Amino acid sequence: MFTDTIAAIATFPGNAGVNIIRISGDGALKIAEKIFIKKGKNTSIDHPQEDQEDMDINNYCGDDFSFKPRYLHYGYIVDKNHKIIDEVLICYMKAPNTYTREDVVEINCHGGIISAKKILETVLEHGCRTAERGEFTKRAFLNGRIDLTQAEAVIDIINSKTDSSHEISMNHLEGRLSKQINSIIEEIMDILANIEVNIDFPEYDEDEITIGRVRDFSENIVVQLDRLISTADTGKIFKEGIKTVILGKPNVGKSSLMNFLLNENRAIVTEVPGTTRDTIEEYVNIKGVPLRIVDTAGVRETEDRIEKIGVEKALQKADEADLVIMLFDSSRELEYDDEKILEYIKDKRVIYVNNKADLETKLNLSRYGNIEKEAINISVLENHGLEDIIDKISSMFFEGSINVSDDLIINNVRHKDLLIKAKGSLEDVLYSIKNNMTIDFIEIDLKQAMEYLGLIVGKSVSDDLMDKIFNEFCIGK
Amino acid sequence: MENIVRDFLAESADVVVIGAGHAGCEASLASARLGMNTIVLTMSLDSIAMMPCNPNIGGTAKGHLVREIDALGGEMALNIDKTMIQCKMLNSSKGPAVHSLRAQADKRKYHTEMKRVLEGQENLKIIQSEVISLKVLEDGSFNVYTRLGAYYNARAVIVTTGTYLKGRIYIGELNYSSGPDGLAPANELSHSLMDLGIQLRKFKTGTPARIHSDSINYDKMEVQSGDEEIIPFSFMTDKIDINQINCYITYTTEETHNIIRRNLDRSPLYEGVIKSIGPRYCPSIEDKVVKFSDKERHQLFIEPEGLDTKERYIQGMSSSLPYEVQIPMYKSMIGLENAQIMRPAYAIEYDCIDPTQLKLNLELLSIKNLFFAGQVNGSSGYEEAAAQGLMAGINAVMSLKGKAPLVLDRSEAYIGVLIDDLITKGTNEPYRMMTSRAEYRLLLRQDNADMRLTEKGYETGLVTEERYQRFINKKQLIENEIERLKNKKITPKAEVNEALERIGSVSLKMPASLYELLKRVELNYENTLCLDEGRPVLKKEIKDYVETVIKYEGYISKQINQVEQFKKLENRKIPGDIDYNKVGSLRLEARQKLEKIRPDSIGQASRISGVSPADINVLMIYLMTYNNKKGE
Repeated sequence: MFTDTIAAIATFPGNAGVNIIRISGDGALKIAEKIFIKKGKNTSIDHPQEDQEDMDINNYCGDDFSFKPRYLHYGYIVDKNHKIIDEVLICYMKAPNTYTREDVVEINCHGGIISAKKILETVLEHGCRTAERGEFTKRAFLNGRIDLTQAEAVIDIINSKTDSSHEISMNHLEGRLSKQINSIIEEIMDILANIEVNIDFPEYDEDEITIGRVRDFSENIVVQLDRLISTADTGKIFKEGIKTVILGKPNVGKSSLMNFLLNENRAIVTEVPGTTRDTIEEYVNIKGVPLRIVDTAGVRETEDRIEKIGVEKALQKADEADLVIMLFDSSRELEYDDEKILEYIKDKRVIYVNNKADLETKLNLSRYGNIEKEAINISVLENHGLEDIIDKISSMFFEGSINVSDDLIINNVRHKDLLIKAKGSLEDVLYSIKNNMTIDFIEIDLKQAMEYLGLIVGKSVSDDLMDKIFNEFCIGK
Repeated sequence: MENIVRDFLAESADVVVIGAGHAGCEASLASARLGMNTIVLTMSLDSIAMMPCNPNIGGTAKGHLVREIDALGGEMALNIDKTMIQCKMLNSSKGPAVHSLRAQADKRKYHTEMKRVLEGQENLKIIQSEVISLKVLEDGSFNVYTRLGAYYNARAVIVTTGTYLKGRIYIGELNYSSGPDGLAPANELSHSLMDLGIQLRKFKTGTPARIHSDSINYDKMEVQSGDEEIIPFSFMTDKIDINQINCYITYTTEETHNIIRRNLDRSPLYEGVIKSIGPRYCPSIEDKVVKFSDKERHQLFIEPEGLDTKERYIQGMSSSLPYEVQIPMYKSMIGLENAQIMRPAYAIEYDCIDPTQLKLNLELLSIKNLFFAGQVNGSSGYEEAAAQGLMAGINAVMSLKGKAPLVLDRSEAYIGVLIDDLITKGTNEPYRMMTSRAEYRLLLRQDNADMRLTEKGYETGLVTEERYQRFINKKQLIENEIERLKNKKITPKAEVNEALERIGSVSLKMPASLYELLKRVELNYENTLCLDEGRPVLKKEIKDYVETVIKYEGYISKQINQVEQFKKLENRKIPGDIDYNKVGSLRLEARQKLEKIRPDSIGQASRISGVSPADINVLMIYLMTYNNKKGE
């Protein structure tokens, strides 16, 4: 009934000892044959290591091997370059006596998400797609394997959204991803609309789009997609994170705050003003929000040459920051240094924090009404109020009020799969350009790239394109 | 004194077609040619196949439609081949998929020739009469009543009323009830259709002024001439040898724009008098000046209306400004300083139906054997109308004969895209065909319309034996030549490599077939003649076709794969008697949309706006149990 083959990690994501990757469909066996190498008699490798990656695959009896249904085979999964990903147990189940009533292959690999993800990616590279949520069960039903009550539960799965906080933060992240993908789609659509107008209304004097422009554009998008794809391999939520700079006059508690945020002692903390001479960068993930925190030298008017460099660097870093945490010392009066910083960061996204709330308050911010109202009172020393900062960062991020200059991570295999396909289409665009193809051929793959990206954000883009053509070009009798 | 007309049954027929515009002509010809006793009723015998707007046939995507009509056995291509006065292949610098033919027509001749074809058609009666109402009888047949009291009984009716239904013309502050181009409107039929439960709505369109040719200074304009060698529309036409007439390009000026801006409050489009929706691709000059205010000038085309007339059509200048404003406006354009307006520009508003009330065979969902085609379905353009007329004509006959309808899908023809778009998605503006609407553009070329559709037309019975033999011969020649090129081995001999270098290609290291060699960018069928001893003499259309198939093989096979994916969902049919209220878990919006459109297949359902992938899943699961239960 279904002719495409689907695959997914079938086990619950977490730190289980074993993960299972399930492949279902006509192509399952073929894929398994391509990626599995049975462990040979002459080899005894228990734990493939990095340095064994280049081992000669001819040592393995891969050629004359064939899968025996319902039999657990022991061996390795290799990627396209014949490099070993993991040692596995693999089982092939022949249709129709399987869960989905299709050919099914299940691969048991080591626990942890990395190995399972890599295997899934390899499987996808061999011509199947990621299963949608509940799709194995759906096939089981549609192929007559389970009954209606069970199937209705599947419909619930298809329609439901879980409410675990983890999911929600992931959804927020996906929202941010959507934003970026949407902006790429928008750019592609601009180009496409111009191409389509040239094709559908050739007699009008709209500017013909140049091949050079399409090439530059496509190259640029490939770079952008590459960056998104590469983030998928880092295992962090963000490659770069929100660039956050902690500013404040010397000895206001910047490094202490940073250490709190990092949960470890990375920057030197002293009582002597001006000890943090240079800037230090650290990555941290706070409630699903990735931060790249930059600690700076205390900003103070100084004649000390070394410290001056640090101060300038600090203000310079603030220029590039997505978010500034401005620290005041509530036990001291507002000073010239404070005002200087305030002036410098007036156009930035800022979280204002009054440190040393455990001491007697001397700070008076009444001249800065808004800041006085917004400021969070904390005491790093007494570990008080710090959660408020974290909440504030997290809410600003998810409300989208912080603009992130760097890229998001893709930790969804389906997204990665589509990004790779979109990139492939753009490479086809470049190939066509190289071969002097006319614009209407180039357009085919450009449109395809847009369709793939549209699948990530879940919308059909063709109607939007029509609107764009009419809105942006002057055509007609 | 009251006029009392006594109704009388004038005649009975298998099929009655209401209207003889481009849709009505194709519908009535198809019906009559398929052996049905057919009557076509028209408001005026002088307006058969009339072109009330632009004097041309074809253009991007529209040219594709004309060729598809031809391949299926329709008339439009043959008629324009007989009456064209200029012809151009548009987009010839781009790839073969977007090459599109466009011809300037001699309007009067186009009408006369088409009328002649209708008059000579066996089984077809042409009658001048205004249809005022339509009744469905208990036996499922129809009575079609006319103003003169005569009524006609028919087993099937095809409505092709164009822009006549409650037509209203707008010129500035003035508006009055009228059909296009001063012809009478059809006011009563609208009510009758509403009484049948059919939902109507209002669309609008417009046309520019016609200017006397002697008042135009062509010296100030760019000449646009036709192609040196004319490629005919019809696969049945061998050669067209005519003296072509020029078109001209000119522009608006700053003064034109000032006049328009000063008088915007007198344009019913801007004063909100016309509330109906006009086509975005065909905006009035007021629209263009306001919306694209940064453009210093707008391009215009001066097109002849025919050989025996001095009237010139000013493409790009449709307007609903008052006549008083139109005069200085047209005179402000380059080369039109002395322009003498023969017919002013006007906007026209008309009733049409919401096409989502139809099935893919163009039959009304709610009334069997009542078909709609053309502009009354919310489309725009002669070609779009003709394509629908042809399909409605064929399908009315199929229905009466109890045969399966002829429905083309999106991967088979532009006609399929057109009808699927209208019926599945509906339209909020007069719908124009564009190549960008077709997903599988590379497969739906104008050069292979016969390869795609002649067979289907032959099965239907509309394609003549002569046309079919011609098609078979052409197909054979193409296949033979491709096979020959595949078997033609080129070896890396010195003289071969010399020849290759002479053409600007790189030398050969391994033997290769000429088929493979032709994929090189710099090589083509013509310049490889020196490598191809004993090459047969073939017609240009065959050579071009072979070259396209070889050169773009990779792209074509990519699209064929996409079509295979597409077909999977198209082939999953939804039973006609499905009750969407019984499908649990469907969202309300999806349920309503599905109930309204009643798609034939899962594929069609997935294209309905407001039906989500989750809804499709739910539907598939329901269908599975539904089919299982039926099987029990």
